[in-house]
Amino acid sequence: MKKNSGKSFKKTRLKYEEYFFRWVMFLSNYIIALILGFIIYTILKTGIPALSLEMITETPKGGFYFGKEGGVLNAIIGSLYLGLGSTFLAFVVGLPVALFMNTWLMNKKRTVNLVRFILDLLWGVPSIVYGAFGFTLMVLLGLKASLLAGIIVIALLILPIMIRGIDEGLKNIPKGLYEASYSLGSTKSETAFKVMMKQTMPCIITAVLLSFGRAIGDTAAVLFTTGFTDNIPTSLSQPTATLPLAIFFQLSSPIPEVKQRAYAAAVILTAIILVISILSRVFTYRYKKHSIKF
Amino acid sequence: MISLFSIQRMIPGRVKADRFNRTWMFAWLLVIVVLPLAIAFGLIWKSSLLFEDHSLIEMIVSSEWKTLSGKFGFLPFIISSLWVTFLALIFAGPVCLFSAIYLTFYAKAIVLKMMQPVIDILAGIPSVIYGVWGVVAIVPIVSKYVAPVFGVQTSGYTILTGAVVLAVMIIPFILNIIIEILNTIPKELSEASLSLGAGKWYTVKQVVLRKAFPGVVSAMGLGLSRAFGETIAVLMVVGNVVHIPKGIFQPGYPLPALIANNYGEMMSIPQYDSALMFSALLLLTIVLVFNLVSRFMIIRYEEKFR
Repeated sequence: MKKNSGKSFKKTRLKYEEYFFRWVMFLSNYIIALILGFIIYTILKTGIPALSLEMITETPKGGFYFGKEGGVLNAIIGSLYLGLGSTFLAFVVGLPVALFMNTWLMNKKRTVNLVRFILDLLWGVPSIVYGAFGFTLMVLLGLKASLLAGIIVIALLILPIMIRGIDEGLKNIPKGLYEASYSLGSTKSETAFKVMMKQTMPCIITAVLLSFGRAIGDTAAVLFTTGFTDNIPTSLSQPTATLPLAIFFQLSSPIPEVKQRAYAAAVILTAIILVISILSRVFTYRYKKHSIKF
Repeated sequence: MISLFSIQRMIPGRVKADRFNRTWMFAWLLVIVVLPLAIAFGLIWKSSLLFEDHSLIEMIVSSEWKTLSGKFGFLPFIISSLWVTFLALIFAGPVCLFSAIYLTFYAKAIVLKMMQPVIDILAGIPSVIYGVWGVVAIVPIVSKYVAPVFGVQTSGYTILTGAVVLAVMIIPFILNIIIEILNTIPKELSEASLSLGAGKWYTVKQVVLRKAFPGVVSAMGLGLSRAFGETIAVLMVVGNVVHIPKGIFQPGYPLPALIANNYGEMMSIPQYDSALMFSALLLLTIVLVFNLVSRFMIIRYEEKFR
């Protein structure tokens, strides 16, 4: 199109272009919301009919994988163990690291940014690679496929999320608060654990819940490391079932009854994730009231 | 009453505790920083067995995959991965870009507030759930409605299905980054353009997108690397047939699926085990390179507006 092909023509063209793209943008935004609705609708529609009390209160009985009775309690409990254990481990390592980055390294911007960069890279590493690495680590340490191995690998997987989540909160704390505490005579670690940590509580809660959700939903990393069993694990060295793996295995079965169970288990997993999402919102709102406003 | 003596006794204890805390916290930080290297070295160590009688180039360009006779050609898996990933990006990229523009420049604040939980939940749904959704909803749609339009007969377990599921999975990820990128652009720039009489879309197109271009590209790069590593959801819908796919209605077999599908049987043959670890290494390398480049671009981009 020529540049000076009439002012009014260009004007109308621009007007239609504006209309057109406004619609495109509007649509693409609501398509995303619709897709979420579609996913949840599909999961509920196929899963609700198959859901029963037996599913969540019983472990698999004999012939479970041929469509006989039993439930997925072993997988639910296993997932909870795995999620809680790895979140705890990641929290115990992650919180000090995040605090360290924002107190001792406060004036070393380059170093902190480098650490953040590395954490972002780690976040991008696919979970199947963590699984393969965890497998290597297990061979090296002489561990068998067990709850402990799964907890370690998942903790490594969620560490970057945990640290970056807490760090995001700590980053926004005004330097004045840190200086005030320091000038009153407290040491750096006291400042870190007693002042900074309290101030960033909502972020910590969100980070923990986010990591827990990720830990409970991950499939690829536990495929190598936790094994699979029909029993509820009683110690860290036993293998354990997890909900995502249970869904995965049961869905690949040719027997319709077993497939139905996979759909029902998918509903349970989705429900857990949705509850975590809601909880994190509620907690963030609650704890925001206790931090000092500036 | 506090005597001078007790103060002196008090301080060293607290300072000692502080030093102690500093030491172990620093040690943990070091562990985190070394972790990526540890992962890489672990995988290199495990895959070194394969390099004894296979050359790197030979493995990447060969398409023969016979584990029993020791032939490991990774080409079918790499090509499948590329198909699925790029197709997913083609689906997800424009939707994310337009939606991000809508949310940052056009929509009312309440729309963003309502979309935030939607994005968060989409990001939080485990990949196995996406897989179930793919199997239950997308596979029949592809085999019954989409493929016949193009005159193809398929079971529905195709590259296209994998790409659609993958696209939905990376949407929240890319969308969040693009929104962040668009927010770093100073308001003054678009205000200057608007005050000169330019329309809103014209401003977005000529000012905002032009400025944000490197950031948007790197957001896509990050999405690409995220998609490249996705395992379970893709594995469940993509068909898993070892061949070089020639179209979107053929089944594929991406790299992560290869690792996940064979985790049990690899133990018996050391070379096979080593080959799978090599594919994990390959995956890690590709993802890290994409990540590295994109993150660098984003950092550069953000520095420009500081």
